[in-house]
Amino acid sequence: MPRRWIVLLKVIVWALCLCPVSLLAWKATHDELGANPLSEVTLSTGHWTLYLLLTTLAISPLRKITGLNWVIRFRRLVGLFAFFYGCLHLMTYLWFDKFFDVHEIVKDIYKRPFITAGMTAWTLMLPLALTSTAASIRWLGGKRWQTLHRLVYASAIAGVVHFWWLVKRDLTRPEIMAAILVSLLGFRMIDRLVSNRAIQTSAVSQER
Amino acid sequence: MLIKKPSDIPSSEITSESLYMDRRKFMTGAAAFGAALATAGCEFVKPSQTVNANTKLTTTKSPLSTTETPTPFKDITNYNNFYEFSTDKYGPAELSRKFRSSPWTVKVGGAVKEKKTYDIDALMKLATLEDRIYRHRCVEGWSMVIPWVGYSLSNLINQLQPTSKAKYVMFTTLMDLGQFPAQRSPVLDWPYTEGLRMDEAMHPLTLLTFGLYGETLPNQDGAPVRIVIPWKYGFKSIKSIVKIDFVDYEPPTAWNKAAPNEYGFYSNVNPNVDHPRWSQATERRIGEFRKRPTLMFNGYGDQVASLYNGMDLKKHY
Repeated sequence: MPRRWIVLLKVIVWALCLCPVSLLAWKATHDELGANPLSEVTLSTGHWTLYLLLTTLAISPLRKITGLNWVIRFRRLVGLFAFFYGCLHLMTYLWFDKFFDVHEIVKDIYKRPFITAGMTAWTLMLPLALTSTAASIRWLGGKRWQTLHRLVYASAIAGVVHFWWLVKRDLTRPEIMAAILVSLLGFRMIDRLVSNRAIQTSAVSQER
Repeated sequence: MLIKKPSDIPSSEITSESLYMDRRKFMTGAAAFGAALATAGCEFVKPSQTVNANTKLTTTKSPLSTTETPTPFKDITNYNNFYEFSTDKYGPAELSRKFRSSPWTVKVGGAVKEKKTYDIDALMKLATLEDRIYRHRCVEGWSMVIPWVGYSLSNLINQLQPTSKAKYVMFTTLMDLGQFPAQRSPVLDWPYTEGLRMDEAMHPLTLLTFGLYGETLPNQDGAPVRIVIPWKYGFKSIKSIVKIDFVDYEPPTAWNKAAPNEYGFYSNVNPNVDHPRWSQATERRIGEFRKRPTLMFNGYGDQVASLYNGMDLKKHY
């Protein structure tokens, strides 16, 4: 993939990732957020955090399946946008739901499992966002950096659990997200088993 | 039974009236405009068939109304929990358009002297229709102020003369897969049923409701007839009723069957008893930015608290 194409594609991905927040801003200024605007903003930013988180998790399986190595260059971008929406989502909660009442927030995190799960998901994303630069990789060393960034799996699981637990009755959407997450994580497990076996067999055949 | 009336209703403070009349003017204007358009377009089409306006109702004021400013009509008719249409709150407004609320009958049975089937028009004329502006608190943590139209359910019950076996009243919503598309999905055990203890059903605040903002109920708000119990969470106020039964057992209720640990039979608004998954201490009034504290019995404690004397409301949530 020529460099110019990558740049162009990155611009497109940027623009796409900014669409949901732009739409929210437009709706907010045109009285289009419905009867309960703050709830709408909370729901929308939450959904997009999960969509983008699942998208980043889909990138390396996509590379494995298609053999297109350049797709990996979009993983950080999409991951950072997931964090961006996660921050917006957290802000709507801290501000419009709790009005920065620390006592209430702490009580909520402690008492409500779905809030605990949501806070966990966001907290796990934080070190990943902070160490997303090339300099951090050098500083941590590739191996350690990679191990740290496996936290994204835990974050995504916590995020889907958070969504699952807050829904009143109709679980269709969390179920779809859980199914996607399970298949993305399942792919990695199977991929690992298969490649481990391949290494073993090649080692055995070399011995012979 | 002693029922105290609310003390805070200087009629000068009923600010809703102007808003109300403005809306009526607007609706009349809109209807006339629509009719004009229709006749201009093709003269042989009768305006009444093209203008889908709700029928105006003749009503009287009620001292049981709150003086708070009603939530705009637009929000009351676009932000609905009506799972028979959709689990999406913005779904029912659109999906209920073709709902047929006429002809409609309500069948009354069980422990009453006179078992009877009412035509909706006859039922509506059974007592004087009143404007009742009530606070409405959803179990999800949002609230509205809604100018309902109806009469106290006790008017109907008194006429039916329930026998001594009547301990509870059970209400049933229409079951019709053609009209209620989401009844195909198993999200709740259809048809939706609800129930009240006899003294709750007889309480003057319990409203047999036919209208909203001075007109017949829009489909998405439970046309043609629903119950409104303002001191309980919204889901107790069952919509589109076809059956009322007087029974000697606690009736099964839709949400209680779906999640008994989350939704009790009583489901009185209570800021001190949280939903297992979220707090009920505060609420967001639709149209307001800050959250407001939720009031015990949704602010109707003076009138209804005595119904629950000696009951542990943490246990009977």
